[in-house]
This record gives sequence, structure tokens and C-alpha cells, in this order.
Amino acid sequence: MKDLPKPKDFYSRLMHRPGSTDWMDTPVDIRKGMYCYAANPKSLNILSAPFARDWNPVEEDWKLPENWQQILHEGFKERLERFRSFKVFMDICVRCGACADKCHFFIGTGDPKNMPVLRAELLRSVYRNDFTTFGKILGRVGGARPMTLNVLKEWWYYMFQCSECRRCSVFCPYGIDTAEITIMGRELLNLLGLNIDWIATPVSNCYMTGNHLGIQPHAYKDMLDFFVDDIEEVTGVRVEPSFNRKGADILFITPSGDVFADPGTYTCMGYMMLFHYLREKYGFDITWSTYASEGGNFGFFTSHETMKRLNAKMYAEAKRLGVKWILGGECGHMWRVINQYMDTMNGPADFLEEPVSPITGTKFENAKSTKMVHIAEFTADLIRHGKLELDKSRNNHLKVTYHDSCNPARGMGLLEEPRYVIRNVCNHFYEMPENTIREQTFCCGSGAGLNAGENMELRMAGGLPRANAVKHVHEQHGVNMLACICAIDRAVFPPLMEYWVPEVGVTGLHEMVANALVMPGENKRETDLRGEPLEGMEGDTDE
Amino acid sequence: MKLIERVAAQQSAIVKKWFELVAATYPEDTARFLKSQKDPFANPVGQTTFSGLKAAFTALLEGADAQTQAEALDPIIRIRAVQAFSPGQATVFILALKPIIRETLKKELTGDSAYADLLDLESRIDEMLLIGFDIYLKCRETLFQLKVDLEKNRIYHAFERAGIVTLESEEGATPEPQ
Repeated sequence: MKDLPKPKDFYSRLMHRPGSTDWMDTPVDIRKGMYCYAANPKSLNILSAPFARDWNPVEEDWKLPENWQQILHEGFKERLERFRSFKVFMDICVRCGACADKCHFFIGTGDPKNMPVLRAELLRSVYRNDFTTFGKILGRVGGARPMTLNVLKEWWYYMFQCSECRRCSVFCPYGIDTAEITIMGRELLNLLGLNIDWIATPVSNCYMTGNHLGIQPHAYKDMLDFFVDDIEEVTGVRVEPSFNRKGADILFITPSGDVFADPGTYTCMGYMMLFHYLREKYGFDITWSTYASEGGNFGFFTSHETMKRLNAKMYAEAKRLGVKWILGGECGHMWRVINQYMDTMNGPADFLEEPVSPITGTKFENAKSTKMVHIAEFTADLIRHGKLELDKSRNNHLKVTYHDSCNPARGMGLLEEPRYVIRNVCNHFYEMPENTIREQTFCCGSGAGLNAGENMELRMAGGLPRANAVKHVHEQHGVNMLACICAIDRAVFPPLMEYWVPEVGVTGLHEMVANALVMPGENKRETDLRGEPLEGMEGDTDE
Repeated sequence: MKLIERVAAQQSAIVKKWFELVAATYPEDTARFLKSQKDPFANPVGQTTFSGLKAAFTALLEGADAQTQAEALDPIIRIRAVQAFSPGQATVFILALKPIIRETLKKELTGDSAYADLLDLESRIDEMLLIGFDIYLKCRETLFQLKVDLEKNRIYHAFERAGIVTLESEEGATPEPQ
């Protein structure tokens, strides 16, 4: 027995450690299941984006323009001059490693190039080489490297393995927003026509038709009319949404996912029921738009200019209809765009009024400049002022936990309002562990345009830290419903739960609000909005 | 003392070695993180792997049924099924237990009865590998199904409800716009 090989020598081919070379020497391996398909050239052409062509990420030849290095160099230079934050983020990182293990993609995939610091180094190394004396003199010793085809492929692969969720930036002692580095990386890749289709086609649809799926106004209205029938079936009340109505007090804009994809559709019904309730009780005056029919802004994942173009349509529609202010639905990055970029892109929206709730008189000070109020805040305010009649026992079959969607949580500090609403419409609410919620919330793993189907492995790995926390509260408290306030979350959590914690469903906030809402003239509710039978609906709670 | 009892006596040392070997299937920087971060929510891969290995080892010693073994292995393999591993790489860690046990009990493996016991134990590990491979395949099938469902459900179900398209029956082909 003394000559037995060591355990590590057994099955050595299968047990071998990958990527043990220096990161600069580890070539990129574009793996199926981890990347999204290349942008459809038709979509890029609609946007007048450069170098639209058919290309395939796994093929050797990416059909790049001959002077691609020069284009990137000049694009990099221009952005360093235009965006002071980008320049600072390129310079000040001391590689302390505080962010390294905070990224859900690193945690889930185990790929070191998904450490935020290393993902940023992919760009910084080229920055040093091209724009710093230090890098030019020291070269690789100083962390610099020239732009090569392999580096470009590495950029592309890893810039689209970041959901721009900014969890890493919470831990950076210098406040480097690594998401902004990804934003710039993607913007540079777009100069060479290297977008992914799950972003480019929704952007093109949004630009042409007004929403991601390219649904035309009549179909958008048809869908909402269908919800009217559904709501009547459940409640006996026929709601009457209005469309494109000039002179309405408020314009409502929500992600189109709420209108077209389950389970967001139930949240959409929730908005409609709430608006009807408020109109009946307090004369609330709101209109939907079939033109500004998308809150989401995938332009944000493309370039500043594209983000600006798409954001502008919401304000153009508000101006056209002559409303006082805009109420926004449960969306994720729409709110980061509004809260962080809108004001200097398309603002100030001085043709609108500073938002005041017509029901409670509350001034939404935080929306003073953008004139756009988040519906979670709006509803929390209504509840706080006792304006909603709620029977929360109707949600007794739900044991709810709440996922802080990255952008509303970290991008605008919306932490308490959704919780306040949940506590007022549900009897059973359980928080996930502290280091997975609020500012430290883990991303769904599919944000920033990564919610395609072909990259399912990436999505499942990236969503693991979130799912792991959900699994914990499911095992501890029997949690069976994951609530969130983002349409991408509502679209991507069902498969994520199916893979990791199949016993847990997914809901938006206003689906639960509507289930609890006692509508004037309603029939006794026998089912919830999903048509599932309700038991013990006589007003008694089990706690 | 029977071999199985000797193995049981070395449980924590064996599980520790086993975990280190599994961690070593990841790149160096990642392996360091997997071993050092003890918070299960900050490090779900490392902590899930460790507790899964512990449970699998206990199941092996106790001669637990396939279901119990599967419950122990599932969380580990579910993770490895979506990471950069081939099917063999995702499941080989189960076989790695064999050389670990042989090395740990090197001095005590004397006499025919010890070898007979070892063969028996190693056969159980082989069986566990097959249980693990079943789990791996189920995970991959779930992934593929998710992809299919996504395409089917994302648009067409909602459109069908709106009366814009008609979905074919279960075995039907791709829905066509009306």
C-alpha cells in the first residue's frame, strides 16, 4: 500500500484545477449556456448602430472592421474625457479585493474573472497601456496590456456576465461603481456592433413601437381589456382603464412585461384594480399610454445616447397628454435611469408639476425634479393615511419573503416602502438573511439584458446566492412566495425558483395589494387573481 | 474493529480532505474563497458543498438508502451542473472519496477482512456515483426544460389569452399568429 498515489493524482484528468495560469494568460473560453446570441443586424440598423452584421461569438472570425483597434482606442479616449467618473474609476482602484467575493456571478460561477475587480481590470489593463505613461513604460509589470482579439473577446464575454447590479460598489472603500465600468465596456463594444440580441432587439422594438416586444397600441389595449374581464370574473367589478387621454392628472407607465408576461400580468391587474378603487372613492384621474408603453429601458445597457432616446419618449408622451406628473410601475432599471440619469439627460421636466398625491396631499419631495413617483411609495402613502380598505387575511395562504430588486434598492434607496405595503396586505412576512437584502441584496442573476434563454446556465449560477437565501426562509418558515418590484425579476425568478427552490412562487407587490383590496361593490372573493381558490375568507386570520 | 468503524472514527478528517479536493476543482483564487468564507449566504457554493459532503459521507457509512444519498448529493451536483464542468468533472468528486479513504487508513488496511471491507465500501461509493450521475442528468434536463418553457410561455401564453395567437395542443407545433 505504501506506493499508493495521492488522492489528487487519481482521476487527474477530471479533477484538474482549471485556470491556474495568471489571468492575463488564461484565454477566454466562450462557453455555451453562458453567453447570449449576437445582435440581429436588422435591429442594429433600425437604431443606426454601427457595423450591423451577422456574426457568431463562438466562431473565430467576428467580422470586425479593419481598424477596430483604432475605433476602440478613440472611443475609450472620448469617454475618458466626457465622463470624469470613468476616468477616476480607471485610476483609483488599489485592488484591495473588498469587492472580489461580493458579485453573485463570481459566487455562482466560481470564475475569477467575474470578481468585479478583475472584470474591471480587463478594461483597466488596456487603459494603462493606451493612456498612462506608467503603463506604457512598465507594460505587463505595471498591469498593462495591448488590445488584441483575445482581449476583445474577453471583454465581450465578461461585460455580458455582469448585471450592473452594483452590489460590489457597496463594499468598495473608494466608492467605485463597477457597474459604470461595465456600462462603458458595453458602450465601447457597441462601437463595433458587438451587442447581444436580447438587448438590441428590445431596444429597437422600443424605439420603433414603444415596448420591448414591439406590441402595437391596439394589441396593448386588447391585453388590458382582457385583464378587465379577468378582474370582473374574480371580483364582480368592471374596471375601466383609460388610454392616451389628454388632460388626465397623471400618466401611468410600467414595464411591458407586466402587460405581457406571467406572473407580471397579475401585478398589472393589481394596478388596474387600485386605480379603479381610487377613482371610485376619491376621484383619482390617471391614464395609460399605448405609446409610452414601456418603462424598462434596455438602452441603458447599450449606450448613454440610446438610454436617452428611450427615456425621452416617456416625457414626450407626458407632455403630449398634458398630465401633471408620472406614476411609474414596479420596474427595476427604469428607476435607476429616472433617479440617476434622467435629470441630466432629458431633464429638467419643468413642463410637469412637482408630484403631490391628489388623495393624501403628500408631496413626493424625492421626485421633485424627475416628476416621476414609484408606485410602491405612492401605495405606501395611501396605506399610511388609511385610504385603502384592506383584508389581508385574503393573503393568508401566502408566506412571503421580499427580494429587494437591485435598482430600486441600491439605485434609489427604496427599502422600507415595499416592506410597509407587504406588512399591510399580508399576515405572514419573513425576511431573508441580512447580508442578502436591502443595500446588500443579491441580484436575480439576469438583469441588464441577460434574461435570455440561451444563457440559462449563467442565469442559474448568477441567481444562486439569491435562491440560496430564499431556500433558507423556505426551509425555516415555509415561505412559498417571493415578492419583488421589478418586471425582470418577475420574469426570471420563476425559472430560477424552479431550478433551486421549486416550492416557491413569484409575485409582484400590487398583486398582493389587489388581492387584499376591498373594492366598492365587489362580490365575495372566492379565488385570488390567479384563479386559485381562497380558503378561510371569512375575515379571521390564523395568527 | 471493522473497517467501517475505523472510517467512521476518521470522519471529520476524511470529510475535510474530501472538501479540499472538491474545492481544488475550482481555480485557485476561487478555491481559497470557498474554503475561507464560512457564511453560508456569502459563500453558498463552499458551504453547501461542505455540508452536502458531510451528509453524503454519513449516508455512506450508515448504508442509507438511495433517496437519502440523493438528498445529500443533490445540492452539490445542482450547483456543479450549471458551472464550467463536464458531466465527468461535475460528478468525479464522489469517486475521489476512494483514494482519500485508502490514504487515510493506509496503515490499518492489513489482512483479508480489511480488504474485503474496503471493496464493499468502494462498491457503495460506485453506487453513490451512479446516484450522483442521475442527479446531474436530472438537473441538466431541468435546465433544458426551462429553456423550452421559456420560449413557449414567455410570449405565446400571454398572447393566447389576448386572443392574438392560438396555441396548439400539448403535442402541437410552434404556434402561428392568427
